[in-house]
Amino acid sequence: MSTSNSLVENTGRGPLSKHEMAAVIARDIPFGSFVNLGIGQPTLVADHLPAGSGVVLHTENGMLNMGPAAEETQVDPELINAGKIPVTELPGAAYFHHADSFAMMRGGHLDICVLGAFQVSAAGDLANWHTGAPDAIPAVGGAMDLAIGAKNVFVMMTLFAKNGSPKLVAECTYPLTGLGCVDRVYTDLATFSIGQGRVTVLETFGITYEDLASRLDIPLQPAEPAGSL
Amino acid sequence: MTIQVCAHTDEAVAGIEDGSTVLIGGFGMAGMPVQLIDALIRQGATDLTVVSNNAGNGDTGLAALLATGRVRKVICSFPRQADSWVFDELYRAGKIELEVVPQGNLAERMRAAGAGIGAFFTPTGANTLLAEGKESREIDGRTYVLEYPIKGDVALIGAHRADRMGNLVYRKTARNFGPVMATAATMVVAQVREIVDVGEIDPETVVTPSIYVDRVVQEVTAA
Repeated sequence: MSTSNSLVENTGRGPLSKHEMAAVIARDIPFGSFVNLGIGQPTLVADHLPAGSGVVLHTENGMLNMGPAAEETQVDPELINAGKIPVTELPGAAYFHHADSFAMMRGGHLDICVLGAFQVSAAGDLANWHTGAPDAIPAVGGAMDLAIGAKNVFVMMTLFAKNGSPKLVAECTYPLTGLGCVDRVYTDLATFSIGQGRVTVLETFGITYEDLASRLDIPLQPAEPAGSL
Repeated sequence: MTIQVCAHTDEAVAGIEDGSTVLIGGFGMAGMPVQLIDALIRQGATDLTVVSNNAGNGDTGLAALLATGRVRKVICSFPRQADSWVFDELYRAGKIELEVVPQGNLAERMRAAGAGIGAFFTPTGANTLLAEGKESREIDGRTYVLEYPIKGDVALIGAHRADRMGNLVYRKTARNFGPVMATAATMVVAQVREIVDVGEIDPETVVTPSIYVDRVVQEVTAA
């Protein structure tokens, strides 16, 4: 993904709600992309894609051009998304089996996936499947396949955990989902781009760049217009 | 070889032995062959290894099978869900083994079993806990993990329609693991909504060709 604009500091707006974060992500999805939205908050992105976005949604349980969640009268137990929520099909939809669905993902045919995360490292490592707690039952689902499969991996998360610790970190302490796989991190306080060994701040919300940098333990750089480097 | 069109689900699961590896289709409840699982519970085979995406939802289907205590091990991608209380309790009590496999690797390992592939290198799971103890290899600058096939003694799958030769058609996202599991087990049993005569399914729309299928049974619709 190109980062051709200079840093935008929206100090009068933010921190963003999860719907506002979803809207920021939707704005950044190019026309006609094939996109997988992870279980939970990332599914909100679908509500903010404008009519005519041309975006085709993939669900890993075997469908392309998935439509919105089903209304009560439309519920079909055989038409569900990866979160097992009843959904609808749009004209041009296609169904396929699980091996094809993940071949599509692993084979690099999906343009973007949007995933939640516990932590992302400055090198783009992703931790989102397991807290590592001894009594936790591990469950990975399709997270590892998505993390290494999609051409661009977007993470959607709050920048700080409930205990105040940053979730964008020098190194993940939770078990990894994938190594060096994250390209963008969308948070309530800022949007980051990860690549070429750098974490670049594209946009801030309700905080200045300086304040943001002082609250994180990793080196940051502000986005600069293309050609100015 | 002709397939067995079974009059009853009990006939469809006859002969499943103790210690079998049973592939069970479905993603959540979509495509899960609940009536075949109920028949397997009546049949009584024990010491089973179950391969399925989840580890049971609610109290029916796979969850009911787990509740009998006849499943020794579950191989799945996503056991923990809001309604997976049967599995959760068995797991926390140390009464069931769990092998967590990333969903795409789970599908591909069964695909490999059905396609005669000895093993394959996948990027999914590389450098994670789930690759520990497995061979990794750098190929073209990327790390891959060696994964082996998962072969079933039996596959129990759900489909929408079968003809009397065993050709199968699925419906919407209930297709999920069915076509892959159908290739990967010694005996493949399909629970279907309707059984039609040979020639009534357009050959262009067949998803699972008859060669993979051994037994079909029409599901009983609630009165």
